[in-house]
Order: sequence, then structure tokens, then C-alpha cells
Amino acid sequence: MELAIKVQNLTKNFEDVTAVDHINFEVKKGEIFGFLGPNGAGKTTTIRILTGLLKPDEGTASIVGYDVLRNPIEAKQCIGVVPEVSNAYIDLSAWENLNLIGKLYGVSTHRLQENATKLLKDFGLYEVKNKLVRGFSKGMKQKLLLCMALVNDPEVLFLDEPTSGLDVESARLLREKVTQYNKEGNTVFLSTHNMEEANQLCHRTAIINHGKIAAIDTPENLRVQSMELQHIEVLFDKQVNLEEISKHPNINEASFAGNRVRVYTANPSAVIEFLVDFAKRKGIRILSLNTMMPSLEDVFIKLIKEKEASPV
Amino acid sequence: MSRLAEQFRRSFVIAKKNIKIYYSKGPVIIFGLVFPLFLALAYVIGRNIPLKEVLPGLIGMTTFFTATSVGPSIVPWETRSKTLERLLCCPVALWTIIFGDMVSSFLFGLAISIIPIIYVLTLNIELLNFTVLLFSLIIANFCFSALSVLLSAYPPTDIPATSQMLSSLVKFPLVFISGVFIPVEQLPEWGRIIASLSPLTYFTDLTRQLILEKGYYPLALDLLMIVIFTVIFSLAAIKLHEKTLTKRLT
Repeated sequence: MELAIKVQNLTKNFEDVTAVDHINFEVKKGEIFGFLGPNGAGKTTTIRILTGLLKPDEGTASIVGYDVLRNPIEAKQCIGVVPEVSNAYIDLSAWENLNLIGKLYGVSTHRLQENATKLLKDFGLYEVKNKLVRGFSKGMKQKLLLCMALVNDPEVLFLDEPTSGLDVESARLLREKVTQYNKEGNTVFLSTHNMEEANQLCHRTAIINHGKIAAIDTPENLRVQSMELQHIEVLFDKQVNLEEISKHPNINEASFAGNRVRVYTANPSAVIEFLVDFAKRKGIRILSLNTMMPSLEDVFIKLIKEKEASPV
Repeated sequence: MSRLAEQFRRSFVIAKKNIKIYYSKGPVIIFGLVFPLFLALAYVIGRNIPLKEVLPGLIGMTTFFTATSVGPSIVPWETRSKTLERLLCCPVALWTIIFGDMVSSFLFGLAISIIPIIYVLTLNIELLNFTVLLFSLIIANFCFSALSVLLSAYPPTDIPATSQMLSSLVKFPLVFISGVFIPVEQLPEWGRIIASLSPLTYFTDLTRQLILEKGYYPLALDLLMIVIFTVIFSLAAIKLHEKTLTKRLT
């Protein structure tokens, strides 16, 4: 198994705060690896160490076999980075920004012209390539950042909240391009708050909280591990009393979700039978009934709460 | 070796970017062109001094002020706009970025400090050795450029004005202790000791020797000291920026 990223015992302290606390994970080549966590969990610090901006206090990290401390130039030569905050040069044009980054990666002039032209066309920025970035919208800047990250044909792409604050269309385009880039055999390390995005894109996901990894698995497995979070949403044609429903031994919790009743259970078939029977007894109709697997967001919140309840 | 050459090549890419963003601006160019003229006027008006006497100080001040004019602001500005992070994510060493900043500062300083040299040529002023003057102008420009980048290293601020104010606090006293207004040989003993700590002293002394044929230090010593200061400032700039980088980025 070829590894794109290997992190061992990585630790970073800022004065008396441990931002990243002895974390370990591996990312396989060709994988989209999600990195989820609440604000201040250590996501950006981890990315900053992996992209050579910060030095760890303990532990090691390598990119495509190059140690980020011992061979930082070689490690950085293999990566592209889309940071959390837009950092293209606003006093340069889109074309000049791409040329600058390409030259700093040592991309030959011919290849640079080809790559820059293709990327700008793919992202719909070719028509404004000679305009100063100062006048770009947030979406245009974000697209340009992805162009800048891809101009050197990197093996590993780091994305820190790439679709944060973007309109739906731009966010979708960015996701499509990331998927396409991954299908070409490249690796993506995606830090995001957006659970749906992680669910759609990532092969595996790590959840980090208070600088520690709470879980690493495929989004599907993470959900399966939290089956107690699966729930049924039922819409009756009349108002019902929640207390009557909550009494059933297989129902962990019942609540209203808008005009629907949401019941959490580890045994959905028994609860469905109960709900049908309940409706018959009360002379009310079921308008819709859906069994919902736990979402990644449910799993995420559960893991974060567990960690906060029992901090190690 | 090729890896080192590649890093130097990337420094020039950074220098080109700096020139485009920070130096190729109307106000900066006008400052560069007008500054030597105003310095010359400040020297001459109300004083009965031949222009030839003025030239060593004028060359020294023009070189010093232009080579150190923008350098202290670049790193703080790029810290604020997060573009420093952008550069550091690329396969370039920190020294590559610092050297690129020095090169851009050097090229701007050199372009402007040529103006007083043009005065020398157009006024047919006799020189001891024109080649040595040009050579020393190049080294001095690099020395002052290195100083300007060193001045941006501490404190690790992201406010360009802070860095500019602190650099002014260093630059202006240096002018007064460097034999620009009063030749070193006319300074008291303690003044000469302090003057020997400034790189501008050696450059002014050198230009005085080449233009007026009177100086305090031997010509070779002047050149050697400028080279030594260049090495010290360059290494100190790189080391200090390395030391303060984490603070700058967090």
C-alpha cells in the first residue's frame, strides 16, 4: 500500500495550549481523506504542519515519503494547497498569479502556459485572466486558488474549507473538479465543516477534537458504528402525544422535527410495526414514514460530545 | 548544487513579483526620482559649497535611503495579506524569499542611485576610479537592501507602518553618525568609534576618496567593511526571520 501522507505522534503546542496532541493517521495514494472537527480542534494546525508552514514539537509527518522536516522542499514540491483564507496576490492578475506559483514550483514555461490556460478555461476564469484579482468575487478568488494549487500537477492536494462561504453553483463546481482530480489517481486531504461535503467526497474521514483523533473510518462505517443514532421520521395527519410514543421500549428518544415526529431506535422494524399499530388505534393516518440512517453530522456530534464528556 | 541554483532562480521570481507589486508604483518611482534632487537642494541652498563637495554625501544618502525605502514593509505586508503563507507553501526555503526581497530592494536602490552618478558624468567631475565607484555602489546597495530586510524581521508585526517607523528610528541616526554631513576625520574620538559601526560610513568615505581624493580609511578597508556588513546583515536577516516565523504565522 503506497502512502501519500503518514503522520506519527504529531504534536504541536502554542505556549500552554496543545493544538495537536500525538495524532496518528495515514492517507493512501489516490484517496480523498476528510478531516473533520469543530473550530479550534487542530485541523488547520495539522494542515499547516503538513504543508511546511509550522514545525511540530514532536512526531513526524511525511508527504509521498518525504519527511516534512528533513526534506521540506521535496515534500512541498509534491503538493498543492488551497488555504482557508484567500491569499492570491490581489495586485496581480489571475494569469500573473498562476505564473508566479508555477515558476516557484519550477514548472517549465511551456507546461506552465498549457496548464494555466487549461485551468483558467476549466474554471471559467479565462476571460478575466488579465484582470487584477482585487476585483474578483469570493467565488472567483476561490476558483483561482484551486487553479493555483493545481498548476504544478501536484500528487497531493490540501484543501482547507474550500467551499466555505461559496454560492451553491461555485461549491458544486469545486467539488466536481476535486473529484475529477482524484479520479486521475491523485490524493486529496480535505478539511471541512461541511458534513454533507465530506460524506459525498471522502473515502475515509478522521474526526479530530481538542487536538486528538476521535475516529477514523469510512463515512459509511462511522455511521454503522453509531446505529443507535438511526431514526424514523413519521408524518401523521393529526397532532399526536409524544409521551405515548416514547413509552415503547425500543424507542430511545422521540421529538418533533417540524411537523414530523422523529424517533430514535436501534430496532427500526419493531418501531415501524408499533407506529402503524399506534396510528390504527388512534384512528389517524400516516402520510409519510422514512427510516433514516445516522448522518455523518449525527456521528460527528456524538463523538464530539463523548470526548467532551470524558476528556482524557 | 543544482538545488541551490534552483532556489536562487526562485528568489529572482520573488524579486520580479516584488518589483511589480511594490516598486512599480507611481508614488514609489516619483519618490525615487525626486528624492536625490531634493537632497541635493537641501545640501546646496544657502551654503556656499561646490557641487563636487556635495556629491559623496548625496550618493551615500540616495543609495542608503532608496535601498532601504520599501524593504522593511514587504514581509509585514505579506504577513497581513497571507501571501507570505502562500509563498511558504511553495517549494522555496525561507532564505529564498528573504533573498528575493533583498534582490528587489537592491535593483530599486541601484536604479535610483545611478542618478547622482549621472550628475558626476554630466558635470565632467574627475574621478579617481569610475569602475571602483560602480562596484562599490553595487555592493553598498546590496548591503543596505539586506539591512532593510533585517529591519522587517523584528518585531514580527503584520503592520507595515510599525516596521517603517522602527526602521526610520534606525536609519536617520545612522545618517548623522556616518560622516555624511561631517567627515569622519573631523569627528571627536567617540564619534569616530560610533561611525565605525555604520556601513554608511565606509560607503561615504569611499565616495569621498574617489571624488574628492580625501578619506579617513584606506579604500580597500572601506570596500572590505561594506562586504562584511553585507554578509552580517544577510545572515542576520535570514536567521531572525527564521526565528520569528512561527510567531508571525500564528
